[in-house]
Amino acid sequence: MQNQTQQKNSIPLWRDERVLNILGQAAFAAALILLALIIYQNMKAGLAKQGITISLDFLKGLSGFDISEFSFPYDRNSSYWQAYLVGLVNTLNVSILGVLFSTILGIILGVARLSTNFIINRLAAFYLELVRNLSLLVFLVFWYLGVFLKMPRVKDALLWPGDIILTNRGVGIPWGLPTASFPTFRLILLAGLLLALIVFFSLRAHGKRTGRPPLSLLWSLLAFLLIGAAGWLILPEAPLTLDLPFVKGLNLSGGKILSPEFMALTSGLVLYTSAFIGEVVRAGIQSVSKGQVEASRALGLNAFQTLRLIVFPQALRVIIPPLTSQYLNLIKNSSLAIAVGYPDVFYVSNTIQNQTGRAVEMISMVMATYLLFSLITSALMNWYNQRIKLVER
Amino acid sequence: MRKTLSILSVLVLFSLLLAACGGAQPAAPGETVTVKETVVVTVIAPAAPAVVAPAGYGVTLETVKTRGNLICGVNAQVPGFGYVAADGSFSGFDVDYCRALAAAIFGDPSKVEFRPVTAAERFTALQSGEIDILSRNTTWSLVRDTELGTNFVHTTFYDGQGMMVPTDSGITDLAGLEGGTVCVQTGTTTELNLADVMAANGISYTPAVFEDADKTFAAYAEGRCDAVTTDKSGLVSRRTVLADPAAHVILDVTMSKEPLGPAVRHGDDQWFDIAQWTVFAMFSGEEFGITSANVDDIKSSATAPEVKRLLGVEGDLGLKLGLTNDWAYNILKLVGNYAEVYNRNLGPDTPTYIPRGYNSLYVDGGLLYAPPFR
Repeated sequence: MQNQTQQKNSIPLWRDERVLNILGQAAFAAALILLALIIYQNMKAGLAKQGITISLDFLKGLSGFDISEFSFPYDRNSSYWQAYLVGLVNTLNVSILGVLFSTILGIILGVARLSTNFIINRLAAFYLELVRNLSLLVFLVFWYLGVFLKMPRVKDALLWPGDIILTNRGVGIPWGLPTASFPTFRLILLAGLLLALIVFFSLRAHGKRTGRPPLSLLWSLLAFLLIGAAGWLILPEAPLTLDLPFVKGLNLSGGKILSPEFMALTSGLVLYTSAFIGEVVRAGIQSVSKGQVEASRALGLNAFQTLRLIVFPQALRVIIPPLTSQYLNLIKNSSLAIAVGYPDVFYVSNTIQNQTGRAVEMISMVMATYLLFSLITSALMNWYNQRIKLVER
Repeated sequence: MRKTLSILSVLVLFSLLLAACGGAQPAAPGETVTVKETVVVTVIAPAAPAVVAPAGYGVTLETVKTRGNLICGVNAQVPGFGYVAADGSFSGFDVDYCRALAAAIFGDPSKVEFRPVTAAERFTALQSGEIDILSRNTTWSLVRDTELGTNFVHTTFYDGQGMMVPTDSGITDLAGLEGGTVCVQTGTTTELNLADVMAANGISYTPAVFEDADKTFAAYAEGRCDAVTTDKSGLVSRRTVLADPAAHVILDVTMSKEPLGPAVRHGDDQWFDIAQWTVFAMFSGEEFGITSANVDDIKSSATAPEVKRLLGVEGDLGLKLGLTNDWAYNILKLVGNYAEVYNRNLGPDTPTYIPRGYNSLYVDGGLLYAPPFR
């Protein structure tokens, strides 16, 4: 017996399975790194043959081109780096708006798909099947060339109630113009947000203690709005004045002008992704067993309470993981902006690449950017998923 | 025991693989060594009487000959310069240059594979070796000549950037575009010139930038922009495919110099020479009055020594380029001289008529001037 243990202890290193496993993995990793190095060296040698070196210094150079849409000051005297940032912010704008609206629309579609009303049910099903089976690129080009560029020309602009102007140069909507008191108002809003958070958490704690959860979200929203409205009235001048869009010469002016490219991209992405989210939501709701609903009705909860307190929390656990991949899809799909001429990060990087000939650097930067966006999104969603998942005792 | 053995054998395999990779690795620095050799050679070359070929010299011609056809990066969207017809056939001024080059190499103008490239991807396609030559109304500029790793051969078409507006807009000059929107294609010198000229004249405008010519002009046709800008030749040619060509007018402004011509990769001077002298052979053909119709007669009866050298009757100019001696004869016989190619694609009988202007021989007051064939 003792002999055996001794033998076990004295297994030579080259026959110890644990050591061999580690060695094997290390060898594999080394081979992988070597392969990458060879590829990189090969590329560098190939480029050196043509007198091209890899470096990011060119980003400081003068861009020399104009971009149609930017969220911070940019012109031809800005650097390539600033041009890249313009594209980055544009991508973020589209992604955030896209995620927001496609979630709202998706939930409505998912619930409508399960409606007992025959017409609503069939309409939702028809929409989901139609949109989900189209190619996104075709869908986007349709929205651009088929819808937004077919809007009336500026001189016969279409006026919609609520001072919305529709033309093929863009959609003009009323927008707030900040006045001198706007910075103060921003502080008040911040205070309102704080109060809303306090209300939310204290109400929830109260609900947990008493077992009768109030509508904490509703109350906190009310608190926020109350503070906001009070601030608006107290300040000597209104923090925002209404800026209406109007036709000026060749183009639209005033208000907020949403370009046809932006409209086509955002609406295309939202309508497309919401169809997928609709299916995810439907599947989530259906995954909650019927007995849960019956039990909750038997306990005396009404239909809304059943949905909010019993069905939805359980459905969320099924919904969140596939929902995350839909969000990631939307963000990555926004690079199709190039098809409709919207200057997102991929589009701008293409222009930079063409003007400087820095294909390797620009493609690497774009890949890193999308990877970063995706990792952040999935980190946030995973954190949320962790929070709502079933607590096992 | 068996398991350990199998793991060991996997390890052995891995180390073999590693060794193989290690063996392959010096190959990469090996290439750098040849580059170093190039430097040495260029220093020696002036002293040595015989021309020593630097690395990369002749590689492209060899590749093209082995492959059996020439891969030419062209435009597929500009009638008159490079356009793909409904039946898939390519035609145009830049396309015919590719045919001339194929005729010079193979004696057969059909040995070309045309590869449509967009403005944005053209230089990458050339750098990566996907195409042998770029003949796609490309403007010669300093940055492209250096940083982009391309060499421009002699200009084949002298152009300038223009601006087209709908006739009923009443716009007559650039100032009329104040506050307006201009459609432009990305990845072009046009995009940069537009920003330059508008900034210089203090005109505020919004660009609407598109990926290719088709989208740019589709958006313009839908009224997305007040004007569209590209090279004047491009405007003339694209106007012919708009719904109502008469409803659009090209403004009488020239915003830039646009010398358009074929481009090759850095590093293969022989290939550059072949591409360059193909252009000159076409110029000279026109200068000496040699056309595809009379080239046989002239070849048999020519007395002028330069004409004889050009057609390969005398001397061995073609061999010096690494081609056969009848290379220029083949160009002129099978594709035609500069005037023939011009008139076929851009002449008065075509819908894309553009007056010769600067693109006439120097003897006619133009800029086309070929060095002597000797």
